[in-house]
Amino acid sequence: MPGLRVLVSKDEFEGEIYTSTVIVEGNDLPAPKDGADSSEIGRARPRVDGRSRVSGTARYTQDVILPGMLHALILRSPYPRARVRAIDTKKAEALPGVRGILHRFNVPEIEFRSEKTIFREEVRFVGDDVAAVVADDEDIARVALGLIAVDYEILPHVVDLEEAIRDKAPKLTPEGNVFDAGSYKRGDARKGFKDAVVTVEATYRTSTQMHNALETHGAVASWDGDRLTVWESTQGIFEVRNMIKNALKMDPAKVHVICEYMGGGFGAKLGTYKYSLYASLFSMRLGRPVRCILSRREENLAAGNRSATLQHLRLGGKDGRIVALEHESWSNSGQGRWAANPTGPTNTLYDIANIASTAHRVMTNAGALSAFRAPGYVEGTFALESAVDELAAAMNVDPLTLRRRHARSAIDPRTGNRYTLKRLMDCYAIGAKEIGWSKRKAAGMRGSAPHRRRGLGMATQICGGGGGPPAYADVHFETDGTAVLRVGVQDIGTGTRTAVAQICADEIGLTLDQVTVRIGDTDAPYGPGSGGSVTLASIGPAVRLAANEARAKLLAAAGGVLEVRADELRLERGVVVSKGARTPLREILSKLSSSTIVGTGLRHPNPTGLAIKTFGAHFAQVEVDVRTGEIFVEKIVAVHDIGRIVNPLTAASQVQGGVMQALGFALTEERIVDRGLGRVMNANLEWYEIPTAMDAPEIVVRFVDTPDRKANNLGAKGLGEPPIIPTAAAVANAVANATGARVRHAPMTRARVLEALAIAGAMA
Amino acid sequence: MQFRGPGALDISLNVNGQDVTVHVPPHRSLLDTVRESLGLTGTKKVCNEGDCGACTVIVDGRPVYSCLTLAIACEGRTVETIEGLSRDGKLHVVQQAFIDHDAYQCGFCTPGQVMSVVALLRANPAAREDDVRRAVAGNLCRCGAYNNIVAAGVAAAKKS
Repeated sequence: MPGLRVLVSKDEFEGEIYTSTVIVEGNDLPAPKDGADSSEIGRARPRVDGRSRVSGTARYTQDVILPGMLHALILRSPYPRARVRAIDTKKAEALPGVRGILHRFNVPEIEFRSEKTIFREEVRFVGDDVAAVVADDEDIARVALGLIAVDYEILPHVVDLEEAIRDKAPKLTPEGNVFDAGSYKRGDARKGFKDAVVTVEATYRTSTQMHNALETHGAVASWDGDRLTVWESTQGIFEVRNMIKNALKMDPAKVHVICEYMGGGFGAKLGTYKYSLYASLFSMRLGRPVRCILSRREENLAAGNRSATLQHLRLGGKDGRIVALEHESWSNSGQGRWAANPTGPTNTLYDIANIASTAHRVMTNAGALSAFRAPGYVEGTFALESAVDELAAAMNVDPLTLRRRHARSAIDPRTGNRYTLKRLMDCYAIGAKEIGWSKRKAAGMRGSAPHRRRGLGMATQICGGGGGPPAYADVHFETDGTAVLRVGVQDIGTGTRTAVAQICADEIGLTLDQVTVRIGDTDAPYGPGSGGSVTLASIGPAVRLAANEARAKLLAAAGGVLEVRADELRLERGVVVSKGARTPLREILSKLSSSTIVGTGLRHPNPTGLAIKTFGAHFAQVEVDVRTGEIFVEKIVAVHDIGRIVNPLTAASQVQGGVMQALGFALTEERIVDRGLGRVMNANLEWYEIPTAMDAPEIVVRFVDTPDRKANNLGAKGLGEPPIIPTAAAVANAVANATGARVRHAPMTRARVLEALAIAGAMA
Repeated sequence: MQFRGPGALDISLNVNGQDVTVHVPPHRSLLDTVRESLGLTGTKKVCNEGDCGACTVIVDGRPVYSCLTLAIACEGRTVETIEGLSRDGKLHVVQQAFIDHDAYQCGFCTPGQVMSVVALLRANPAAREDDVRRAVAGNLCRCGAYNNIVAAGVAAAKKS
């Protein structure tokens, strides 16, 4: 095949660089110039699937109700750590309507998520899987769960991060509970601290945040005797397919995964979990479709979380600059096998000469962590950006000025590579103007009442978002002149369907309603999982290439039909325009019977020797009631540098949403686990407090909106994670500015604010 | 007082303008009834215990959490779900406003949010921003589309 080559691509995912071997064909397109005019890209377009979302016709996994469908439920451990000695299912099996039970004594050998079985002999958290029951309906399955008798040998447990670190804690592995999760050095931190004139040192904590996507995890599996179709609420249809085919040792072509709409994931739905295996195993055994969907309680026990962290930071300053930085962190990964490293921002955000950081993973008897929108970066930025403000205050330097001194560099300090584009200084300028930073006073301001203080704070974000190969798209025309775009991705609520439709329409020369998008089906060529802010930057450039090829072929065909040279033709809003003539596309295609024009596109590798990052800054204005400790966030200004904006309307929505989730992390969201029982005490949406409409402040969203022309042919980067990163620190810094009290634990509950106020008062 | 059950029984109610009879046990919620018995899956199940508002439907003109409402309690009543809002293919003014203001992301809470706003505007056609915010205070949105939801409600109030 001419033009085909095999290349090595380096791409970032959640702060780590991964190398992969990819196939590339043909040439990439040049990126658009700054300010290039476009009929669709950069225009605020309502979502192309809006009608189905507001009409209730959008079909989510929960809405897949198939004829003859059975219902599976999961029996979960009531103990944080116990050995399953025996399981008696006789009574449950005798219940009319029960069709099958799986547990550790009868399950086939299945390797899943680096373990040799899906039912552990030693269950390791409250909510760990003990058995699965399938029955004619949910009521019967629920009764059957209660009829299963399990003989547990209860073992010593530990659920709390700081308790698990101590020597006297029960050891959950022969090596103990604390594991290395990476370290990094730049320059000589020890020497830096010797040179420092001012040093600040503090301990920060962040609590466990639960994703609580409104649609819980779940799947419906249907085996037709030859092929398994799985509808799953997922961020990665191909990851689900791979994990199921690996676990059940099936050919990839025999596993078909569909996710047309999904009700939120925020990182917890990258790949599949055990419920899909139960649904698949039962369906293959019984020949009927099986649904297995988690309840809200299960979602809060066994479907992932953002790790609680303990972080020590030390900063050294001299002459109004940061000269040394140390950061050591411990993350409660529960039963997870990895840690969301909080030191990523520390290592990469600022141009600081001397840095040393170490991260530890701590194992406890709690549910495994999973990625949660900028995993590690949210926790780490809260600590780092709080500490930077503490140093600024100690040096009597304006905190924004201090950051500007370390944010100018165009070189990634970790790799030494030049950034493809960095407009962080613009973010600072836009945000400072919008929040009125020049009015900020070092000692805060009077609030709206004598017992209220007002303050301003800000914080910076750095994140990946470059995406990369492999990712594919194809486009073909229907005889009515409309185009069908097929991409192997899913829309997790970010507006992927709309963005790729805009890119396609723009490149071909169609109106938005002339493009139909088909996504969420593994029968399309591969597309990436929607995590790590990679979707648009991965798939968008491939869509553009596919559309470009489709247009070129179409114009050649039109030239043949109209007997005009193709290079004298162009396509505008679905009309072929030549000198003096306008012919609707459908007229041309109707003359070609069912001949079909197909364009294909793939994602070319990222540039070598360059670093692709997104940057941004959030500014917060808060009032604090010094009598009650309540924080009132009045306004958030969020400014991001993510390259070219494809759809300003949906992009702004993502930022709004990131800010709201971050306010939950900052102010109210906290998993409470009883240490003695090992149970999550607020595994519901009543006592686990996610923000409501009443908690939403004014949120001003701004973008630098300059194409990152070196990053990819679209000039666009990811936006999923950036807006959740800097808000909590911006609020903490605003609270400190308002009151002089430094709250070093997120969420900053009233009790913690009052404690910090008492300490600040005692010190004053 | 009339006692019925404990087995499944026939319940007649009016759903989206049509008289229907469903055969469900007395403990069946209105939510499960519209979703599983009537196939009206636009109404979403999120918490199933009255914490989130995703299952909001309108019963006799008032917004209710259908997960906390028994089907048997709706005998002879009028139930409106998200599927019943559009007329002859034309979206309700609130639905259109949600699209125009991008008042959703994943869309899972959207049917409940829309029903809460529709019920508000029927009770108070002159609703202002504070009224809309309070009307959806019991409808959680994890994607954080709140400010756009409120903007959509205000815009719909101006148009209706």
